[in-house]
Amino acid sequence: MMADSMESGRTPQQADKPRDWAGALGSNPAPTADPAEAGFMGAALYEKGKTIHNKRIDGPFRRFKWLVMLVTLAIYYITPWIRWDRGPYAPDQAVLIDLAHRRFYMFDIEIWPHEFYFVAGMLIMAGIGLFLVTSAVGRAWCGYACPQTVWTDVFQHVDRFFDGDRNARMRLDKAPWTASKIARRSAKWAVYLAIAFWTGGAWIMYFADAPTLTVDFWTGEAAPVAYATVAILTGTTFWLGGFMREQVCIYMCPWPRIQTAMLDEKSLIVTYKDWRGEQRGSLKKAAKNPEAYGDCIDCLQCVAVCPTGVDIREGQQIGCITCGLCIDACDKVMAEVGRPRGLIDYATLDQCEAESAGAPATPAWKALLRPRVFIYFGVWAAIGAGLLFMLGTRTHTDLTVSPDRNPPFMLLKDGSVRNAYTLRLRNMEARPRDMEVALVGLPSGAVMWTESVSMENAAPVQVIDVNANETKIVRAYVLLPEGASADAFTFRLTSLDEQRETDLAETTFAMPGNE
Amino acid sequence: MSDKIGVNKRIDAPTGTETVGHEWDGIEELNTPLPRWWLWTFYACIAWAAVYVVLYPAWPLIDKATAGTLGWSSRGDLAKEMSAADMARQGMVERIAVTDIEKLPASPEMMQAAVAGGAAAFKINCVQCHGAGAAGSPGYPNLNDDDWIWGGTLTEIEYTLNHGIRWTADDATRVNYMPAFEGMFQPAQVKALTGHVLSLSGKAKPNAAGAQMFSENCAACHGAAGEGQPEMGAPALNDAIWLFGGTEAEVTQQILKPRHGVMPAWKDRLDPVTIKMLAAYVHSRGGGQKAAPAQPETDVAGDVASTAKAENDG
Repeated sequence: MMADSMESGRTPQQADKPRDWAGALGSNPAPTADPAEAGFMGAALYEKGKTIHNKRIDGPFRRFKWLVMLVTLAIYYITPWIRWDRGPYAPDQAVLIDLAHRRFYMFDIEIWPHEFYFVAGMLIMAGIGLFLVTSAVGRAWCGYACPQTVWTDVFQHVDRFFDGDRNARMRLDKAPWTASKIARRSAKWAVYLAIAFWTGGAWIMYFADAPTLTVDFWTGEAAPVAYATVAILTGTTFWLGGFMREQVCIYMCPWPRIQTAMLDEKSLIVTYKDWRGEQRGSLKKAAKNPEAYGDCIDCLQCVAVCPTGVDIREGQQIGCITCGLCIDACDKVMAEVGRPRGLIDYATLDQCEAESAGAPATPAWKALLRPRVFIYFGVWAAIGAGLLFMLGTRTHTDLTVSPDRNPPFMLLKDGSVRNAYTLRLRNMEARPRDMEVALVGLPSGAVMWTESVSMENAAPVQVIDVNANETKIVRAYVLLPEGASADAFTFRLTSLDEQRETDLAETTFAMPGNE
Repeated sequence: MSDKIGVNKRIDAPTGTETVGHEWDGIEELNTPLPRWWLWTFYACIAWAAVYVVLYPAWPLIDKATAGTLGWSSRGDLAKEMSAADMARQGMVERIAVTDIEKLPASPEMMQAAVAGGAAAFKINCVQCHGAGAAGSPGYPNLNDDDWIWGGTLTEIEYTLNHGIRWTADDATRVNYMPAFEGMFQPAQVKALTGHVLSLSGKAKPNAAGAQMFSENCAACHGAAGEGQPEMGAPALNDAIWLFGGTEAEVTQQILKPRHGVMPAWKDRLDPVTIKMLAAYVHSRGGGQKAAPAQPETDVAGDVASTAKAENDG
């Protein structure tokens, strides 16, 4: 009963043909004939999925899509294999997220956990970058660079390779499950799985030395988390890229929803110029009555090539990722029937309005020249410049100090007061260094010692050796003789090499009365 | 199924979508069914939950929950992790067990492990009196400073931990009692004595009467200059540290009606390695003393118990 009603859902939006607006107005829809087909209160419980068999197309936008796909996939698969010599104390992988040692390597840049603001800054830049791209070229991210789009494209080409183009694939879908169909499907899904596995496998290479991890992976010696990650990413790639495809964009992804709030009449979108296209009709009809028909010959090529299966002639919609394939398709048809290109084209709604009122077509690139683009670019570039400045001027020496809070101070037998501190000395160079820690701003007589230097050797300055690429945690005691008093002072760290980098860390000195 | 509702279904013109057919005060709902995979995800969750309820603890009953066929429990997980951690520590624990406590600092690796283990044990067993930072409070000694009533070497600290202080259940406990001088002196004499005690650390002017009383009544335990005798647990009176407070009133009170702290013996409650680790931790707090060569420790407590008449602290 349940299964019956599930299988026979009403699917009003699945027709390839655009909705008949005039017909819909005031017409009485046919009620569901068989009560058994109806779900709860007569409404279908779900909408049956429809596989999109998009047709092969060639054109400038398709070729651009190929290029973006090639570049993004190349970056994704090749990056972890680039080597970068950092000397004996650091890994030689150009891009490496070393979670175990809390280091992030990116070519000549090495980010430590306490510099995570660089990563935060880059994430903010990525976020603002999306705003920038949206305000400049609309949903270009969705159409070209989004991983979901790229992998969907890859999988659709696999479909085409095994099952032929649109019509052949539609026929095969409807065909009964013969031995040859099963064989074809198995082969295709095997390739899906191989691509998915390769996707997951490439991901883990960013988190460990790629050549070593590859050997470990196949000899069963890699970390369990590596296998789990590959398994999960293989599964999600296989499912999301092989089967869910445009459903991810339409139902799962928050970005199209955010886009609906970010696009306005000045945003570049893919749009159908209805004032030129309508009234649409076949060439035959138009030949009989040229005055009544527009340029659209209703050939549905724009729908056939669409990777998300939308009809762009219905206007802006969430399913349109603005990949421009319908532009390629329509331009090709217009060329064949001897009409000017651009019936479907990148344009803003403002440009469309002006054009429909008789103004000459505005070049699409003019949509770029809007204040919003410059403001976003300014913010984006300012953050980038700030990060670069900080990167260029940062020292490879760092000191942080945390005073003991419990007890805040210690009164000793002779009346002197001792405070204890935890010092974190960071040597961010790929070589061991001696570092000098000095007390600045304490009255004379103040001395310090550490766990490894006994109290007898207390002095105002101590030298501590720190290994290459190491954070050394040292417990230090500072003693103020009886009668002296202080409330704040500074630890000064100096690297004892030719750089003589310094870092200061202010802290407090607690005493009876000022704890 | 009410067919009446379905009758009002119509196509909404602006969206081209069918309505579900019911209406409240002019508000209608568009019928936008879920995609099938979404519904399946929902069914899959139900199936997952059904399996989960069988395999894992799930249904709350009156006094417990159903156990689940896998026998999983979070306590079981914890026990497994704890025993794995114990296994990982085993080698170091054995090394510490056979190492003489005074030799621990010679191996930074062992000392570090002992201090870390001691810090953990301290948080469970010692903070109730000595405080989370081991800084103590009036009557409870501070373990961070360099003043040790019963000695601050690793061996002495370990002994104190093993046998406690004034812990009558342990025959070898460290014990001493300072007599109460209430009623033995005139108020003026008490004032003079208190003045002398305070003068030992420079907090008051010296006075001859007080000095005379001190040498007659106090110096036997506390020493002529009030330097104390850790062997019998007699606190130094010439320093800046006062267990029960260093004001005149507090010192007077301690002379007239001395208070005596008690610390339990831990040797029957904790294993020897934990006690060794605790000693290492306390010693590492900044005031630990180095052992003088040859120190006969074990006899001291017994002697003290019978002979000492020492004040607990200044």
